[in-house]
Amino acid sequence: MIETKGLTKYFGSFAALRDVSIALHPGRLTGIIGPNGSGKSTLIKCLLGLVRPSDGLVLHNGRLPDTGGSYRAHIGYMPQRATFPGDLTGREVLALVSKLRSEKPHRMDSLIDLFDLHRDLNKRVRTLSGGTRQKLSAVVAGMYDPTLLILDEPTAGLDTGASKVFKGYVSEQLKQGCAVLMTTHIISDLEEMADDIVLLVDGTVSYAGSVRELKLTTDRPLLEAAVAEILQQGAA
Amino acid sequence: MLPMPGMLGGESMRLRMTMAREIASVRLFAAVTCLLTALVLMVPSPAKGRTLWVHPDSTLATISQGIGAAQSHDTLVISVGTYSADSLIIGIPLTLSGQPGAIVRAGGKRGIFVVTAPHVTIRNLHLTGVQASFTAEHAAILLEGVSHVTIEDNIIDNCFFGIYAANSFACTISRNQVIGRQDRLTTAGNGIHLWYCRDIAVIGNSVSSHRDGIYMEFVRSSVVDRNQCRDNLRYGLHYMFSDSSQYAGNFFCRNAAGVAVMYTSNVLMQDNVFDQSWGGASYGLLLKDIRDSRVVGNKFTSNSIGVHIEGSDRIVLAHNLFKDNGWAMRLMANCLDNSIRENDFIDNSFAVATNSRQNHSSFDGNYWSDYRGFDLDRDGYGDTPFRPVSLFSLLVESHPPTLVLLRSLLVNVLDLAERTIPTLTPETLVDTRPSMGPNL
Amino acid sequence: MTIVRQISGFVIRDILRSRWSIANTMFFAIATAGLFYLQADSARVAVSISSLSLVFIPLISLIYTAMYYYNSRDFIELILTQPIGRRSVFLGLLLGILISLVAGFITGIGIPYVILGSSDWTDISAVIAVIVIAIALSSIFAALALVAATRCDDRGKGLAVILGMWLVAAVLYDGLVLAAATALAEYPMETPLLIASLANPVDLSRVLFLVHSDMAALMGYTGAVFIRFFDQPIGLVVATVSLLAWFAAPVWYGLRRFNLKDF
Repeated sequence: MIETKGLTKYFGSFAALRDVSIALHPGRLTGIIGPNGSGKSTLIKCLLGLVRPSDGLVLHNGRLPDTGGSYRAHIGYMPQRATFPGDLTGREVLALVSKLRSEKPHRMDSLIDLFDLHRDLNKRVRTLSGGTRQKLSAVVAGMYDPTLLILDEPTAGLDTGASKVFKGYVSEQLKQGCAVLMTTHIISDLEEMADDIVLLVDGTVSYAGSVRELKLTTDRPLLEAAVAEILQQGAA
Repeated sequence: MLPMPGMLGGESMRLRMTMAREIASVRLFAAVTCLLTALVLMVPSPAKGRTLWVHPDSTLATISQGIGAAQSHDTLVISVGTYSADSLIIGIPLTLSGQPGAIVRAGGKRGIFVVTAPHVTIRNLHLTGVQASFTAEHAAILLEGVSHVTIEDNIIDNCFFGIYAANSFACTISRNQVIGRQDRLTTAGNGIHLWYCRDIAVIGNSVSSHRDGIYMEFVRSSVVDRNQCRDNLRYGLHYMFSDSSQYAGNFFCRNAAGVAVMYTSNVLMQDNVFDQSWGGASYGLLLKDIRDSRVVGNKFTSNSIGVHIEGSDRIVLAHNLFKDNGWAMRLMANCLDNSIRENDFIDNSFAVATNSRQNHSSFDGNYWSDYRGFDLDRDGYGDTPFRPVSLFSLLVESHPPTLVLLRSLLVNVLDLAERTIPTLTPETLVDTRPSMGPNL
Repeated sequence: MTIVRQISGFVIRDILRSRWSIANTMFFAIATAGLFYLQADSARVAVSISSLSLVFIPLISLIYTAMYYYNSRDFIELILTQPIGRRSVFLGLLLGILISLVAGFITGIGIPYVILGSSDWTDISAVIAVIVIAIALSSIFAALALVAATRCDDRGKGLAVILGMWLVAAVLYDGLVLAAATALAEYPMETPLLIASLANPVDLSRVLFLVHSDMAALMGYTGAVFIRFFDQPIGLVVATVSLLAWFAAPVWYGLRRFNLKDF
């Protein structure tokens, strides 16, 4: 389990995160929603260790992360824009990652099959379409069977078919006990998949809890309406 | 730092006067000898002369005994062995010829031989051990008021002065090896020293580790050719007040300064090599108060300063090579009408330095390796003039420590700017016909 | 350390494939061949190359390193999401950039030298001296550039900072030295100038070349101080320590900043 305790991050005098405490549970998908600039990406980067918190803690199974970053061995990350060194081929990217981790990926081939990437793996990354890059990113994120998947707008570049395949993959991971954190603008995706919701507004948590509870407390059957209700309450 | 020539003049003048007193007594004797010799010469001699053998085990066991037994024009052959002589006077025309291994040591605190008769020849001897003195210029061989004396093929080492000729003429000093003690400047004498002489030929000698390798003062019409002067503490060759002389084909290497020519006119300096004179105010060639002389076909390589010219007029410097020197040429503003033409200036840290914006000498047809112009009309000379004095060299002239910035980008940019729009460098110090390729 | 090696290995392969490395190598190759064309004497070519290196190696190293950093932020972020410590990432990047810089420089100068130069030992030793100094300067300025790029996320600002660094090291510093030496002419300036030249890696490298190439001029004036200093083992030791310090300080500071940096 991964949790944050009182996580606060200032960029200069701007508070990107203020006292954020959330927990990600195995087998559950947590959706982070919030307007642009509400701190979603900063929160994700704090979890990954890309951003150093100004205050507060990130705990992995109750422990502080080590400086060598070995805790990241259990995290699969798909960034918002899948970015790889453009001169490498997909295959080289995968080889690079496995070389850096000096560990053979457990399920690289099955993921390549799943996302139907074989034909594109020998092309340079810079020539790939956004969607194909996103698929490659999914392979990189998933090929070591992570216990936490962090997905930043994962379906944004994917076409409908690929999006469906991807969601299938995520559900399967959830079934196997993986914790999933996902940000998206496509509320319907969350409606479909999310177990828990974290609503961030101006770097603070407006709501954190299960989707069911959210719908119950706001008395709205649709997630989108429930979220709108919370936002309205916050504004009032 | 070397003492200035002027200051030294005073000191050596005192020395010289002491010496003059000392040899005054000798001089009377010399005069008598000369008279006797003249008489002898007038008498038709029956034979060309006998050969006497000086040998440590024979009746003529010392050179002094040998000379005592000899008559004019005899030849004394000095056999192998070590002899001593204490300012031994050679007062009749004689030939002293050493056999290999014949060594003559200074027997006292004075010199070894004093030649007071003409037509003396000293050859193939190894002379050694003349001690330094602060009061007199003791030499291995002193020529005092003589003519037609030949000193050749001797080895002279560890002597205060090597060969000292005073008031003499028509003498030859050739192929001697004169090796000093590499002492301090104050206790070192000159290798070959000529004073008030004329028509002297100093040829093919090798002089090292003395104060001055070859010293000439008040000498006329003399020739210094094909000598090698190395590692001398002051000058390889030192000319003072010695008009109408020439030196050519000499090799000067690692002397504190190669050659100093001062207060002289009509000197021909040709085909010499001036190499590796390194140090503060060290030059291959110093020209000070010189008139109407020619410096032609010489090579100046790896000296701190190739040629330093001050107070000198109407000198022609042509067809010389200046390579790898710190400063190829330092031309002071008090020089007039010198012509510097068709020389090659290659890879010197500075081509020409001067101390003023004034220049009264001309540069023409030289090759400058720093020149970057074009020759569009294909006449072999660059179309734009070359200014050999860089801004930085002026700066170093006024603030020597800034030399550390040599070859820095800043300095290169400043020099380029100055060359493009000259404002501080001497306006007339310019080669309007820079050669596109080496002249030599 | 294996991770550092892997990252640097990747960086090297990445750079070797780019046009940058070809441009870098070609620049020095053409410059060297051009100098051989202009002056036949290969000892003098070494002097010209060293002058050229003093200007261009810092500039190229700075720009190249910063540009590579800015262009590979994707790659850096990718590896930072992997179970790898930031120290290794920083050192791997620096090492990779450095090796490719130096390789480009050595091949650029080396090939014309092998073809056109003499096999005279003094020439070879002059070239070796150029290469050693080039390695030192590349290392120092690559490290400085990496620090600047790490500190400035904005590419334009980062480039402005590194150009400023170059301007100071290659030109302005000498301007200050010149101003000081002329303004304080009545004081003995030799020792302060010696210290001043030890304090700037470009000047130090230049003086190290000077004591060989312009010995005759240096012996002429105050330079005797320099010759005496750099001719002794202590001089070389102090020079080496100064260059190492100029490398170690930015690496140390860069590691600290990189470790605290937000991506």
